[in-house]
Amino acid sequence: MIAEYLTGAIIISALLFLNRNRLLNYMLVAIFITGQCAFTAYEYNHRNVDEFFGFFKPDALSILLLITLSIISIPAYYHSYVYFLKHKDIPQQRGIYFSAMTMLIAAISAAYLSNHVAVTWIFVELTTLSASALIYHRRNSRTLEGTWKYIFVCSISITFVFIGILFLSIALQQAGHTDLSFPDLLNNASGLNIFWLRLAFIFIFTGYTAKLGLVPMYTAGIDAKDKAPSPAGALLGSVLMNVGFIGIFRFYEIIAHTSLHLWANHIIMIAALLSVFVSAVYMLKVKNIKRMLAYSSIEHAGIVMLGLVAGGIGYYAAILHIILHAFAKSSMFFQMGQVYRIYKSKSIYDVGNYFKYNLAGAMVLLLAFFCSAAMPPSGLFISEFMIFRSLFEAHYLFVLIVLLILLTIIIWAFGKNIFKLLFTPAVEFNDEEVEKIKWYESISQFVLLGLVIYLGFNPPAEFIDLINDAIKNLPH
Amino acid sequence: MINVLLITFAMTLIYLSIANRMGSYIKILVFQGLLLFGVSFIELKEINILNLIFILFETIVFKTIAVPLLLNYIIRRNRITREVEPFLPNFISLIIVTFIIIVTFLLSNIIEDPHLNKIYFVVAFSSLFTGLYIIITRKKIITHVMGFLVIENGVFILSLAVGNEMPMLVNTGILLDLFVSVLVLGIFVNKIGDVLKDVDVEQLQNLKD
Repeated sequence: MIAEYLTGAIIISALLFLNRNRLLNYMLVAIFITGQCAFTAYEYNHRNVDEFFGFFKPDALSILLLITLSIISIPAYYHSYVYFLKHKDIPQQRGIYFSAMTMLIAAISAAYLSNHVAVTWIFVELTTLSASALIYHRRNSRTLEGTWKYIFVCSISITFVFIGILFLSIALQQAGHTDLSFPDLLNNASGLNIFWLRLAFIFIFTGYTAKLGLVPMYTAGIDAKDKAPSPAGALLGSVLMNVGFIGIFRFYEIIAHTSLHLWANHIIMIAALLSVFVSAVYMLKVKNIKRMLAYSSIEHAGIVMLGLVAGGIGYYAAILHIILHAFAKSSMFFQMGQVYRIYKSKSIYDVGNYFKYNLAGAMVLLLAFFCSAAMPPSGLFISEFMIFRSLFEAHYLFVLIVLLILLTIIIWAFGKNIFKLLFTPAVEFNDEEVEKIKWYESISQFVLLGLVIYLGFNPPAEFIDLINDAIKNLPH
Repeated sequence: MINVLLITFAMTLIYLSIANRMGSYIKILVFQGLLLFGVSFIELKEINILNLIFILFETIVFKTIAVPLLLNYIIRRNRITREVEPFLPNFISLIIVTFIIIVTFLLSNIIEDPHLNKIYFVVAFSSLFTGLYIIITRKKIITHVMGFLVIENGVFILSLAVGNEMPMLVNTGILLDLFVSVLVLGIFVNKIGDVLKDVDVEQLQNLKD
């Protein structure tokens, strides 16, 4: 099925690229969304079945993330249409935009489902290409700068991942194997040469941090999420980060079965804590709301990795957190598109009193802020609380204290800016020609935020089973 | 013979650190492509003929002819001045690159591995770090791309070290090469030339907090 899906996605993407007709564009996208949902349903019903010569296998984690992706992709397309209705609509640019977005979603799906180190790597590389077309959409010098930095940093990180894979293959050859698929690596994990495995871990981890958004390679992602149009930014800030997560997670599973487990934990912990620290520092300083959201994503990526490090209940919480964060953050990015249409600016100095201009949108922002800051009733509160607990139980008390202090700073800075946007009247803002935003443009965000609350507080049994199945290979 | 080629490759890295003109950089890249052609021709005896042809094609046509021509074209089209404009004096660059090579050489002594020829490891790592060093210390965007190409060459050498057992990995590496170089070079540097007047990293400092 994956082969058919990818062929279909490539064909649709090519047609979108060539097509100049608006109606045909709508239809192609509708076909793709239907296909994406059907594909997700198919993979869900064929769990743990090898596909396409064993290169792909829908295991529990990939199915969870795939469902997340399919849910987010629908509002992403919808808001893209709104974006094109309200902004300059040049048929050629529209074609490239939708073509790139389709390619991005297909590449992310394939990267989730991949069962082989090199296959994951190839599709991660494809996401860089399609994402850069989205970032460059506005075609001015600033988007050019953002795109250039994104491509360059991602290319270097993807090279790092490749070097890591080479080291892994050296380690594997010494153990007498040549198969780089994840189950085989997992079975042979204890026989791998420690020296090469250590090098492989450092390179692969560093490489994938560009996608996940951790120190050291997080910088490119910030500019990308800021400069891409809001619907594309929502994809970059949620599901594309999960690609980096799955890359690190699958390799971490292998490492966890070797004597390097503790060492790898320390490496990840340092990177994660530094990420939260960097996020806290920039949140205090940043004046651009979209960049602020991007830094908040970095904080969440750090928290997720800390959950993974702590182990125990932290494994479960990390998976839950990465899924719920995708919903919360994407809804916030979707909302930013509307904010920009009202104020024509992303700077915190130019916005304010959002409740007056767009009631539904302001409710979304308020709720999304509570969700992202992990306050009740957000489901992220549950997952974050579990991560704190696991850190406590793993005797990482010092880490926990530092983390809590940094999170307090982040919530304060985040709240200060969001409440400025919502309540304080903007200085010298002329509200005579403000665009009236329809309430139904906010429905999708409410649905996503509803999911965050629902999945956190009342998770269906099937959802819990899937998460438990996803972490079954980690040592308990 | 392979040792001679690889040591010559390491020497080109030292030359790269003190080269002062764009032209010399391109010539070094051409020369590195030729060296890689030689290494892969001698080293990859055991893989099948089709794979070998693909790899040789990549080194000779792509690395030695196409990419340098493209770089030349970009430099002429965007009227990039021929000085490299490093942030640090060449003498310090020379010391740092030599230091990189010595450190990787010392590091390689830890490896106790009968399968792997250590010299591959040394040369690959040296060119990886030299490439990163060039990216950090040079001013023009086009030199960043050249630094990236040096990194790519290092990765290619590393993949040759495991190439006989796993030809698939070498091919994937080549795909990376083709893909990234074409994307980064062809599309982007030209775009930057169109939009920005001066192709300099100082133009790319608008996005910050």
